[in-house]
Amino acid sequence: MVSYILKRLLIFVPTLFIIITASFFLMRMAPGSPFDGERAISEEIRANILKSYDLDKPMFQQYTNYLFNVIRGDFGPSLKIKDFTVSELIYKSAPTSLTLGFLAMFIAVLLGVFLGSISALHQNSKMDYSIMSFAMVGIVIPNYAIAPILTLIFGIYLAILPVGGWYGVSYMILPTIALSLPYIAYIARITRGSMLDVLSTNFIRTAYAKGLSERKILFKHALKPAILPVVSYLGPSIAGIMTGSVVIESIFDIPGLGRYFIQGSLNRDYPLVMGLVIFYAFIIITMNLIVDILYAYLDPKVKLDK
Amino acid sequence: MLKNRKVWIVAIVLVVIAAVFLFNNKSDSSDSNNTLRVAIMGEPASLDPNFTTGTWENIILTDLFSGLTAKNAKGETVPESAESWKVSPDGTVYTFYLRDNKWSDGIPVTAADFEFAYKRILNPETASSYASMLYVIKGAKDYNTGKAGVEGLGVKAIDDKTLQITLEHPTSYFISMLHHYTFSPLPKHAVEKYGKEWSKPGNMVSNGAYKLVEWKPQSYVKAARNEFYYNNANTKIDNVVYYTQEDRAAILKRFRSNEIDIADDFASDQYEWIAANLPGQYDVSPYMGIYYFAINMKDKIMSNPKVREAINLAIDREFITSKVLKSGEIPATSFVPIGVKNYKPAEFSFKNMSKEERIAKAKQLLLDAGYNEQNPLSVEISYNTSENHKKVSIAVANMLKDIGINYTLTNKEVAVHYKDMQNGNFQIGRAGWIADYDDPASFLYIGETGVGNNYAKFSSKQYDDDFAKAKTLSSEAARNEFYKAAERILLDSAAYIPIYYYVSHNLVSNRIEGFIPNVSNTHPAKYISFKEVK
Repeated sequence: MVSYILKRLLIFVPTLFIIITASFFLMRMAPGSPFDGERAISEEIRANILKSYDLDKPMFQQYTNYLFNVIRGDFGPSLKIKDFTVSELIYKSAPTSLTLGFLAMFIAVLLGVFLGSISALHQNSKMDYSIMSFAMVGIVIPNYAIAPILTLIFGIYLAILPVGGWYGVSYMILPTIALSLPYIAYIARITRGSMLDVLSTNFIRTAYAKGLSERKILFKHALKPAILPVVSYLGPSIAGIMTGSVVIESIFDIPGLGRYFIQGSLNRDYPLVMGLVIFYAFIIITMNLIVDILYAYLDPKVKLDK
Repeated sequence: MLKNRKVWIVAIVLVVIAAVFLFNNKSDSSDSNNTLRVAIMGEPASLDPNFTTGTWENIILTDLFSGLTAKNAKGETVPESAESWKVSPDGTVYTFYLRDNKWSDGIPVTAADFEFAYKRILNPETASSYASMLYVIKGAKDYNTGKAGVEGLGVKAIDDKTLQITLEHPTSYFISMLHHYTFSPLPKHAVEKYGKEWSKPGNMVSNGAYKLVEWKPQSYVKAARNEFYYNNANTKIDNVVYYTQEDRAAILKRFRSNEIDIADDFASDQYEWIAANLPGQYDVSPYMGIYYFAINMKDKIMSNPKVREAINLAIDREFITSKVLKSGEIPATSFVPIGVKNYKPAEFSFKNMSKEERIAKAKQLLLDAGYNEQNPLSVEISYNTSENHKKVSIAVANMLKDIGINYTLTNKEVAVHYKDMQNGNFQIGRAGWIADYDDPASFLYIGETGVGNNYAKFSSKQYDDDFAKAKTLSSEAARNEFYKAAERILLDSAAYIPIYYYVSHNLVSNRIEGFIPNVSNTHPAKYISFKEVK
């Protein structure tokens, strides 16, 4: 187990290197520059600015400089949010995105697995159909439609929850709901499918034959194998949800990472986007590792050391 | 057992609801007493006046810093840090006499702070993208572009209270530029102590009515009353929170749920709803901005004046503002918007023609230029991503279709669009311009030969001469004559096709007093108050 984890951590380094290299050059290949905007600037002023950010150096030198700085933990200054370094921006925003993402995922797993199991248990019943229709609706209706409706109902008509901001528990409720809905739906569908498979296996039949209660069969015996596809779905999706949702963040004015990603790309804010890509890669690799370990724990057939 | 479970479920639901109400601190601590909450519609790039370029940052900087002059509640230029000034007979040497004022740490503001600030923004190593605003000052351009040292710069602190600025040429609108943040003084002692970090909360000191308290990126900037401000006794509001959220629909909801007092903009498609449902709580006023299409004069087809004029004639501005945008914009008849400082713009020569006459003339011009049904003209119209730009561009394209021009519409990301505009890689391209100062020059400079914002690459000796001449005249009436002559040339060339004058869109809560609509859309917090203590 330990040697497996070490091996995975070692692969981490070349993976990250490839990601940095690819995104560095992809960003530079994109047309337009961080200093092209509605107000044109003269060539001389542009030269001053390029020089102050070392962007006047040859591309390859910029690349090696960047690599060297990253190794030292320096992600450089943001080209557009000039009073902050990229590290400061990520450090200030990551906790918000992680909190929101974790809350949404926690609720999504809890509700999704629960609803999916109920659905599977009562296959083709009215309850199954209504849960699956709900799931379909949840998948189909995008966040940017649900979120404004939620703010309209709870923020304005009922006036019990704030419409925007991120200053306390009450501010977390609406964005968490809006963010988790599609995930609840996905997880419910995945759980239902795999639960149906598991429920038709021999060991479940044996459990029934032993006279165990339905609840015990479901939660003690069937859930563990049935949840495996959910676990493998969780790896990348947790990484995705935790690094911020631009839609939810813009609508609820949440200071997370998602908006930086989009704005950084549109503004050609090279260092900001690079910093976020590295951060994102780090989270996704870590999450995948955790999921693999969890997998081995849940499924005795999987051996990590092989 | 079953009954028991139901009881549990009910209990949990009740606890959750109670928790919601308990934690429902809707009013976050700051809006309790005397706090103004402003939605500025953008994240500041910086709070260092040397590094900002946006209108949203201007809202904050106007409250934090006091330049030599400032805008009052009506948007008029009034003396601020400078109590008075005198101008040399040749119009090139300005001597400013500063009033007694202090930075928010109690240290007096001196002429040296101004000198320091102007030298800093012009230093090539500072790499300020807006340094060109100061090029009117003698030696500024040479210093900023590395051709000369700082010695030749025409800025000198004669003593603590006297500042002398020498200009390159007589510049009639110099005084009206001085409220702009690029001319703001900087606290020499703080900048020298903290270096680039000086503009962060805790380090920054300012000389305006407010001082910086907190900046949470992507959330808000908070400012509080500056007790050392010379006119502090007349400041009514103690704290200001600037929310940086950009989503206009979301801002409207926050306004409706009383989380925001003033919003600097609203989505134009909400205008009708707002007009019907929030009477007295919105403001739509003329604004010093022009929305236009530039036509690339270097393009082979577009270099033909007949083609440009035909396009100019074919566009029905009235239709665009009243049927497409529907949010109060004013159809343009000139390049300098009406309402700019006592200036009566030159207007389209076809202003009094009916739509039918214009279309007939446009078709004739196209025929004269050699285009007909067998050999139709095809043009490309490009715009940067935005719902409004898209709508306007489609409308314009259809108007061109009506006179027999085929079109392609090209949508580009903002950085790509403007790069292409600057490099002349377009035929007809959308752009807009918001004036930096209240003078026709702030618009007409776009037509000067070789200016970066002159996307059309328009160039006319007569235009340059008239414009240069106007800048040197101290009599406003005489000056305006030359501006008008220059604008006439620009309009007749149809290198720029003005579409509409921008209007400012504000949401203003009915609890607010002292918000006066004005063409520069400047509403310093120090003039605003709440009608009654909340």
